[in-house]
Amino acid sequence: MSERTLVVEGSEWTFDNLENLDFEIGRIAEGYRLNTYPNQIEIISAEQMMDAYSSTGMPLGYHHWSLGKQFLSTAQKYKRGHMGLAYELVINSNPCISYLMEENTLALQALVIAHACFGHNSFFKGNYLFKTWTDASAIVNYLMFAKGYVAECEERHGLEATEALLDSCHALMNYGVDRFRRPKPISADQEQQRQIEREEYQQQQVNDLWRTVPQKEEAADAEWPRFPEEPQENLLYFVEKNAPLLEPWEREIVRIVRKIAQYFYPQRQTKVMNEGWATFWHYTLLNTLYDEGLVDDGFMLEILQSHTNVIFQPEYDTPYYSGINPYTLGYEIFTDIRRICEAPTDEDKRFFPGFAGKDWLETVHHAMENFKDESFILQFLSPAVIRNMKLFNILDDDKNKEIEVTAIHDDQGYLQIREELSEQYNLSKQEPNIQVFEVDLRGNRSLTLQHIQHNRIPLDKEDATEVLKHLHHLWRFDVMLDSIQEDKVTNSYVCDDASVREADGEATD
Amino acid sequence: MAFLIIDRRPQGRNKSAVNRQRFLRRYRKHIKEAVADAVNKRSITDTDRGDEISIPKKDVSEPIFRHGSGGRQHRVLPGNKEFITGDKIKRPTGGGAGGGGEASNTGEGMDEFVFELSRQEFLDFMFEDLELPNLVKKQLKETDTFKYIKGGYSNEGIPARLNIVQSIRSAKARRIALGGAIRRQIKRLKEELAALEESDGDEERISEIKAELNRLERRLNHVPFLDDFDLKYNNIIRQPQPTSNAVMFCLMDVSGSMTQDIKDLAKRFFILLHLFLKQTYKKTDVVFIRHHTVASEVDEEEFFYSRETGGTVVSSALEMMLKVIRDRYPSADWNIYAAQASDGENWQDDSPIARDLLMKGILPLVQFYAYVEITKSDDQALWKAYEELLEKHADSFAMKKVAEAADIFPVFHELFEKKSE
Repeated sequence: MSERTLVVEGSEWTFDNLENLDFEIGRIAEGYRLNTYPNQIEIISAEQMMDAYSSTGMPLGYHHWSLGKQFLSTAQKYKRGHMGLAYELVINSNPCISYLMEENTLALQALVIAHACFGHNSFFKGNYLFKTWTDASAIVNYLMFAKGYVAECEERHGLEATEALLDSCHALMNYGVDRFRRPKPISADQEQQRQIEREEYQQQQVNDLWRTVPQKEEAADAEWPRFPEEPQENLLYFVEKNAPLLEPWEREIVRIVRKIAQYFYPQRQTKVMNEGWATFWHYTLLNTLYDEGLVDDGFMLEILQSHTNVIFQPEYDTPYYSGINPYTLGYEIFTDIRRICEAPTDEDKRFFPGFAGKDWLETVHHAMENFKDESFILQFLSPAVIRNMKLFNILDDDKNKEIEVTAIHDDQGYLQIREELSEQYNLSKQEPNIQVFEVDLRGNRSLTLQHIQHNRIPLDKEDATEVLKHLHHLWRFDVMLDSIQEDKVTNSYVCDDASVREADGEATD
Repeated sequence: MAFLIIDRRPQGRNKSAVNRQRFLRRYRKHIKEAVADAVNKRSITDTDRGDEISIPKKDVSEPIFRHGSGGRQHRVLPGNKEFITGDKIKRPTGGGAGGGGEASNTGEGMDEFVFELSRQEFLDFMFEDLELPNLVKKQLKETDTFKYIKGGYSNEGIPARLNIVQSIRSAKARRIALGGAIRRQIKRLKEELAALEESDGDEERISEIKAELNRLERRLNHVPFLDDFDLKYNNIIRQPQPTSNAVMFCLMDVSGSMTQDIKDLAKRFFILLHLFLKQTYKKTDVVFIRHHTVASEVDEEEFFYSRETGGTVVSSALEMMLKVIRDRYPSADWNIYAAQASDGENWQDDSPIARDLLMKGILPLVQFYAYVEITKSDDQALWKAYEELLEKHADSFAMKKVAEAADIFPVFHELFEKKSE
């Protein structure tokens, strides 16, 4: 830089200050090839932050008591000082909206701008999951539509009915996503297409589900194909399309919840990467800013202090421990990728022949664009990071009396830890694998789900029973859930007419 | 790089207000219980604020399919200190903090969901279903608000309020009424004409009838389609919104027999009452009368917090109250409520006097008189005397006993419960 003047001074932020900072950080970010959506920064108060926070960061959403609950608990924790508010909130939309709290100091605002407006923003724009699964330009409009639609339903069909329906949908929200099939983007054209499809569907409905009086019972028996032919993983989709008694408006609401779940699905799959990426960049960008002499020492010290808080990882045996901090893990991995590129050791060359010693910027961009948490960890978790975080793996098998430490941060352990940690971020393993198995078309229209146990891990009984009630509320005929372990049903849940009883079925012998 | 900085601070901050209300509505029952609990536990002076409310977490949980414990689970943890590969660790029992956290991946925290109610919300819950009894609007004094409501139709009004349906309807009615006789005549003449024409009757008569018919039809046409007095206008009337003139008398015994505990209980009752009044009715006067052997009207502060000793003559307070009513609150203009708190002790000869004063002097004037006796012992003299009043004045007199702090709110609730009539 030709002139070595500070771009900002003091610790209080002003709009001019922010603009200068934005400009400078943006300039540096461009140098690092961070490609972002246009930024829209909104200054809000703490209360507004709580509002935004409790609606999971959506700028607008339909009304529901669970959001009120979220708000109350956030406010409570905040007031008691149990929790600082998030400094920032960023929305995957185009333009990318970031919220800045007015209480933040100038340094914090800089941190947030670097973190959200350039870190998260470029991640939203660059990562393949977001590219394929969410449509940043349509989301705000869709949320507006959803809010309006739900409000209309409340007026027409009553608050209770709408709320109960939403409750049921929320219970199944995690099962409202397509994991493998790319959803169509939402657009006006599609909406029309949808309308037609829905009509066709209703036609189909008449054919399929309602024409249930078999003409020739004996002959029909053999011919009827199973429905659905293949197990279905998207429960909400299945309900929306096939539940016999849902009214059109109810189907639409199921659809809304499903769409929103789908929108958030990539975020749930890239928590570590997304936060790690943003943290890595706020650190790098602001350090560059400092190196260029644009900010003073005090400013930088404050940034470093906040940064240290962000990536604090409590150890497993402290009371503060609540899982691995995604900021820490992601940040460590990205930082280490850079180190491996710039100064590889022999170990690194052995573990990462593909990129050790190559251009670091290209490598981190490649990592950001083409992975999700699970594959990212499997690909990039280096022995150095494992050592730094002192990771170890334990095996808790209910057939053994004791828990076994199967791997620690040593040569024998790296690979296993990497694999197991990757598994830990595999959403399809974290969540019970439950699919629609069969609908009894000819009989009582009951719906059967199957839970395929992984490593004999059972369902949480209480919750499963409750969720089935919700599913019953949507399906309106008997709902069954078989929990299967190595081809044997170990547990069956039945929900008929809202009385759920757990048939403690032993395996059928 | 395109930048846009927007200051959203001036915009609404209560985006979550609706959701918050939804939550409160959904858990109304739980919250009411918690509020009643909180009221009883509170110290006297701070009833007038919001509070933390906790309801069981189980009831507010949102279930999802998730893994239970069991099976074969791997877990990677940070911060290894002493373990080496192959170490066996005892499985921690229970969800003790810091015990490795292996067994529970459920994140089960506290058992209670705790949140804060604002003062207004708190009071709303506290006084839900309660109302001042027998609130007869005696006189609409100090009316300061009006409500405009539809009040049928009027014959005069401004064009904007013209009611077309009513106007046309009355026009039609008028036309039918005015043309009735003529139409009858026309009908009769037509029949006659038809008969004549069929029988080739008197030509002269026929033309005569025709002329007459002609004339009548012209007359019929002259009945106007719409006349001035057909016009009907929507009538809007200005209805005064009564701000009820209510006055509440608080009577309390501060004699020597009232121990500090009893006084505290009485104070609790009055504070509840006071809050309730402030909550329910905007304009309500409160008169505080305390008494031992003599009564005096005091201000709120002194009523609740100053100390007195001496004997007890209840009638002194009642007389005082009567005097105040006569002087300042004519019962024609005011809805009068009174609440009396006492330990039930009274100078023996005074109880009948008090009873008579109430029966003859006060009860006819007041809407409601509540007597709260704070005692653990058996019926006191005053209670016995007052019992006679119960039968004769069931509408306007009620009495309850309170033994301990926990009784206050239920008794209060009972006294002022909304009665469906």
